[in-house]
Amino acid sequence: MPILELDHVAKRFGALKVTDDVTFSVAPGEALGIIGPNGAGKSTLFNLITGNLRVDAGRVSFDGADVTRMPPMARCHAGVGRTFQIPQPFEKLTVFENLVVAASMGSRKAESEVTDPCAEILVKTGLIDRANMLAGGLGLLQRKRLELARALATDPKLLLLDEIAGGLTEAECQSLVETVRSIHDTGVTIVWIEHVLHALNAVVQRLLVLNFGKVIGIGKPEEIMASSAVREIYLGIEV
Amino acid sequence: MHGRTIPWRVETRTKASTVFAVIAALIVIAGLVAPIYLPRATLQDLFFILTMLVLAQSWNLLAGYAGLVSVGQQAFVGLGAYAMFAGVVLLKLDPLLAMLLGGVAAALLAIPAGFFAFRLQGAYFAIGTWVVAEIVRLVVAQWKTLGGGTGTSLPGTATRAMFGTDLVQRLLGVRPAQAVDVICYWLALLLAVATIFTVYRLLRSRHGLALASVRDNQEAARAIGVDARRLRAMVYLTSAFLTGLVGALIYVQKARISPDAAFSVIDWTAYVIFIVVIGGIGTIEGPIVGVLIFFGLQKLLADFGSIYLLALGLIGIVIMLFAPQGLWGLFASRTGIQLLPVRRLLRGGSLET
Repeated sequence: MPILELDHVAKRFGALKVTDDVTFSVAPGEALGIIGPNGAGKSTLFNLITGNLRVDAGRVSFDGADVTRMPPMARCHAGVGRTFQIPQPFEKLTVFENLVVAASMGSRKAESEVTDPCAEILVKTGLIDRANMLAGGLGLLQRKRLELARALATDPKLLLLDEIAGGLTEAECQSLVETVRSIHDTGVTIVWIEHVLHALNAVVQRLLVLNFGKVIGIGKPEEIMASSAVREIYLGIEV
Repeated sequence: MHGRTIPWRVETRTKASTVFAVIAALIVIAGLVAPIYLPRATLQDLFFILTMLVLAQSWNLLAGYAGLVSVGQQAFVGLGAYAMFAGVVLLKLDPLLAMLLGGVAAALLAIPAGFFAFRLQGAYFAIGTWVVAEIVRLVVAQWKTLGGGTGTSLPGTATRAMFGTDLVQRLLGVRPAQAVDVICYWLALLLAVATIFTVYRLLRSRHGLALASVRDNQEAARAIGVDARRLRAMVYLTSAFLTGLVGALIYVQKARISPDAAFSVIDWTAYVIFIVVIGGIGTIEGPIVGVLIFFGLQKLLADFGSIYLLALGLIGIVIMLFAPQGLWGLFASRTGIQLLPVRRLLRGGSLET
């Protein structure tokens, strides 16, 4: 049984079809990459999965249950964790407190129970030395790492990553890939939107291509990259 | 890689907070026995300071922590006071019991008021709460058995027979009216301590962090499983209950009520906002500093009539311009001192090797 299933999902902003009859599913433990040009509706798709936006038509199922009408916080409790494309830290809390609130509210545990898991996530994401700094004072790399760390703190079964590698140097990107891979190795299902293809291809088993809100291809990365339709639309290469 | 020999732990207490806890305990003890050595007029001043402190802490909880800037707190003061009057005059309850009725009535009012006001954002929320207060004032002014628009007095027999007055009279050798003042003062002290304790406990809990997360970024807070609406509703109800309770207490001591006084936006909201803003919004220490300054200014300027209000306004503006975090906020950011710390610091593990 798939952990995530979208069934003929549609969303319009006025006359614009941002999500047009999207159907796909993700198996438990899988890592799926989503690519597509700017404005293809990738982040919108995430918002429909997390409940930050409501679908106009279709069905979203998570872990065997229909979550189409469920509010975001309930989906978080069910096991959907996400990062935001533009990092949204709680700026007046420290890095550690950002994780504590996510861990205690997201997995509904007592505060005393989440100290160790939060500290371990900070070590894993390379933020431990900044644990007691205000999140508002972090640089871009750390903000992106905090997005990832905070999503992890909610103890998700499915982790949605929205362009966490954009704007990073090659070395930073490489260490981020290692982190994501180690998270995936613990059994967390990952859906990752990314423009940095080599980062994506180092982790995912399948790629999904989105254009004008439509799924135009889904399959193994090498097949997708070889497909002429994808090369034309996404990479802008005339074939 | 560091060895994980030292376990992780969270630290909240600071040296200043430990010292403060001791001093605060001493102040409370000194306050408890104050009726023995302080004259009645001073007790009445302290009663005023303590009740304004409760109002300020309640408003600070709403505006400073939950981002709900209400200018309609007089609805809860007034309704709490009137519910207490109704309890004493109509139901012949002991004023002490009737005070609880005041708190409950205010919390009950908060349910429909919140339902209405929570649909509004920012400045519209503020205006909405004021509208609610005006409506409640107009409705209460129609209540003929409680004096309608001109108001009424608590029967002296009821307050003098209040629970504990006998004991206080014999214990301190004072007249009945004075015994009522002493009991009101003790209740105000109790309520002030309980309010500060409640707010502090809330902020130290995971719900306090959740409130801060909603204030910083509502969308991200929802994505990590925070129920922003429920949290705000909880804070709104708590604040209404405390405000109603202290409103009832204030009017047990005043023993005379009218709709215009009990639902006064100046007395129960404007002064309270002034206290919180000059002291430092979003801190527990701020309202304590603010209420002392407010009391000092009132004593100093009370003889100057309307100049007094102008001066208060001017001082408020100057402080907002030059110390937007209030006097306590300014002091805390300069010195790093926190008397009631809520910051959670991670210690141990690789941070200590």
